[in-house]
Amino acid sequence: MLELYLPVIWAILIAVAVAMYVILDGFDLGIGVLFPFARKEAERDQMMNSVAPFWDGNETWLVLGGGGLWVAFPKAYAVIMPAFYLPVIVMLLALIFRGVSFEFRFVSKPRHELWDAAFFAGSTIAAFAQGVILGGLIQGVTVVNGQYAGGPFDWATPFALLCGVGLVVGYALLGSTWLIAKTDGAVQARARGQARALLIAVLVLIAAVSLWTPLGFERIAERWFSTPNIFFLWPVPLVTVALGWLVWGGLNSGREVVPFIGVVGLFVLSFLGLAISTFPYLVPPTLTVWDTAAVPDSQIFTLIGVIFLLPVILAYIVFVYWTFRAKVSVGSEGAYH
Amino acid sequence: MELDVVMLARLQFAFTVAFHIIFPTFTIGLSAFIATLLVMWQRTGRERYRTLARFWTRIFAVSFAMGVVSGIVLSYQFGTNWSRFSEVIGNVVGPLIGYEVLTAFFLEATFLGIMLFGWKRVPPWLHVLSAILVAVGTLTSAFWIISANSWMQFPAGHEVRDGIAYPADWIAAIFNPTFGWRLVHMVTAAYLTTAFVVLAVGARYLLAGRHSDHALTMLRMGAAMAAVLAPLQLIIGDQHGLDAARYQPAKVAAIEAHWDSAEPAPLVLFAIPNEAAERNDAEISIPNGASLIITHSLDGRFAGLKDFPFEDRPPVAWPFFAFRVMVGIGLLMIALGLWGAWLMWRDRLETSRVFLRLAAISWPAGFIAILAGWTVAEVGRQPWVATGILRTGEAASPVPAASVATTLALFLIVYTIVFAAGITYMNRLINAGPSGRDSEVEGVASRPISAATGN
Repeated sequence: MLELYLPVIWAILIAVAVAMYVILDGFDLGIGVLFPFARKEAERDQMMNSVAPFWDGNETWLVLGGGGLWVAFPKAYAVIMPAFYLPVIVMLLALIFRGVSFEFRFVSKPRHELWDAAFFAGSTIAAFAQGVILGGLIQGVTVVNGQYAGGPFDWATPFALLCGVGLVVGYALLGSTWLIAKTDGAVQARARGQARALLIAVLVLIAAVSLWTPLGFERIAERWFSTPNIFFLWPVPLVTVALGWLVWGGLNSGREVVPFIGVVGLFVLSFLGLAISTFPYLVPPTLTVWDTAAVPDSQIFTLIGVIFLLPVILAYIVFVYWTFRAKVSVGSEGAYH
Repeated sequence: MELDVVMLARLQFAFTVAFHIIFPTFTIGLSAFIATLLVMWQRTGRERYRTLARFWTRIFAVSFAMGVVSGIVLSYQFGTNWSRFSEVIGNVVGPLIGYEVLTAFFLEATFLGIMLFGWKRVPPWLHVLSAILVAVGTLTSAFWIISANSWMQFPAGHEVRDGIAYPADWIAAIFNPTFGWRLVHMVTAAYLTTAFVVLAVGARYLLAGRHSDHALTMLRMGAAMAAVLAPLQLIIGDQHGLDAARYQPAKVAAIEAHWDSAEPAPLVLFAIPNEAAERNDAEISIPNGASLIITHSLDGRFAGLKDFPFEDRPPVAWPFFAFRVMVGIGLLMIALGLWGAWLMWRDRLETSRVFLRLAAISWPAGFIAILAGWTVAEVGRQPWVATGILRTGEAASPVPAASVATTLALFLIVYTIVFAAGITYMNRLINAGPSGRDSEVEGVASRPISAATGN
């Protein structure tokens, strides 16, 4: 029984970690994507300061997602990482530039243009690479005898590149709604305008991926359109449309927090949609969560830690977000640290 | 040297891990130093400690960011470059890394936000507590990483079925035989390295006649730490060496360039190990010296390289020379530490120009020793990536050599840029000094505390 349930529990845990990562690091990567649209230094400071206390904690979910995959599904980790070798490493290099920019940009003032560029490029490339990896995973990976057996560029398909673009635009939308909630003045006003355009783009991209996946991949069409599945799944696209409407309304009626919450909802639903499309495959179309699971001993040992420590971690993360709940204004963080 | 996938992956990992270790080493020590300063500020109400804490926190932020981003790379490289390794020992080592993320990464990353940005936003006690939690987080991280690495050096608490390692006893796996002294050795090295950086910065200011109050505090704290930890590290290193001799005899034989176990081993001060002829060329040695160190007896015997089949021997020159670099620097650190203690006792610490000049250039010492020490540890355990379970040559991913070569080149370029920038900026912060740009901010937030403690 353990062999049946444990991998499912772990798959859900890793999905939660990845979703947390996508939402939390998503909004600060999105701010990097939007960085060039703010021309004034003070406005860029304001944008960066709105995420500076959080980005490191946000990025830690990426380590939990990757580490969790290794802990719970070592065989999947050993296939997925070589399969996406180049995009993974490009993503890591981009995250290096993004991460050090927070500190380097501040210390190098007034000659910080290089790190403005690094923050934008690092954020954008990391987002794109993550989308490509996601798309590449959905479309499937060549596996022979439990090992990756494809080439170094198997991931480079139009579908995966579309997912890459989708995630860049999606993160930018998250970032713009974060700015609406956390800033004021010119930065907030600009973010509101950007969010409208980005919302339309994101809804179009969600529609594109939602049509492409069942049309392009038979197993996904079967998952969604076979009975009885379709009776349970039909609300998913409907709720997506409703959430899009909610965000649009919030943007137009001057609400500050509703758009961000709504976009988080959009991300969760899209993520759920992709999970429905691929489960129980961890490495579609060959390896399931059960094929790749670590022995129950290893999964239980770490699961105990997760059960006790994750609530504590979530508690102090909430505490830090609460501590820095105030809006960030131009010049309000005069002494950076 | 053939540049196949394995060799390229080894070069890449050696480069990225060597780059990475510099920053955690510094942040383990620096976070403890900053927490100490803040606690001293809370207890005494003296503004000098808080100003210093603020100053070092700015440098800490730069170093920490570089440590974080270069560390995330490693956690993914296990999969990208070493997928066979991930699969074979993932059931045992994976959970150790998982616990590192759960117990250390989130703690330090989250409270770092308060440590860096909470100076005015949270009550002082909470800010101090955050700094302490960050320091505890870095230590906890060291605990799990050294545990995982020690398990790879000498696995325990596991069983191997069909070439895959499975957990049998978690306590035995975590607290594996070489773990204890290796952890103590590494943490002491981190504190010692930071002590010399603090000492050097204090000396640099005093020589330039700047920030003399703050400089004196740094000089004294750095010198006191060096005087205690440098000699202590010698004893710890010796104990660690005894463990290594017991559990990794081939590594110790390589370190000592000791070929023949039939004879007592001399302490080889210098030699060019000749692996083909199984002897040392141009050897300068002290008779029976190594026997005394390894067995604590003048005519003790221990395994020589000839006791191991050729395919089970580590390369000799790397561990041999790296070990001598590490110990040489360690001895210099002891000398400087004891000299500083003597000067402090005679109340001449800040006036001895010769000592200050040497101290001012001593800051890289710890970093070089750490890199040398890890070279000994990692080259010395070859040809195994997990001793007795998996050879390094069989651990790599099924990826083309061109991919690994390309990303190696990218890492070289990116890390060179980031490293050069990071060092430049840290140096700039040090040049700006503790009472630099935000001196007016200093007084404001701390006044309630000064009032509360009656100062």
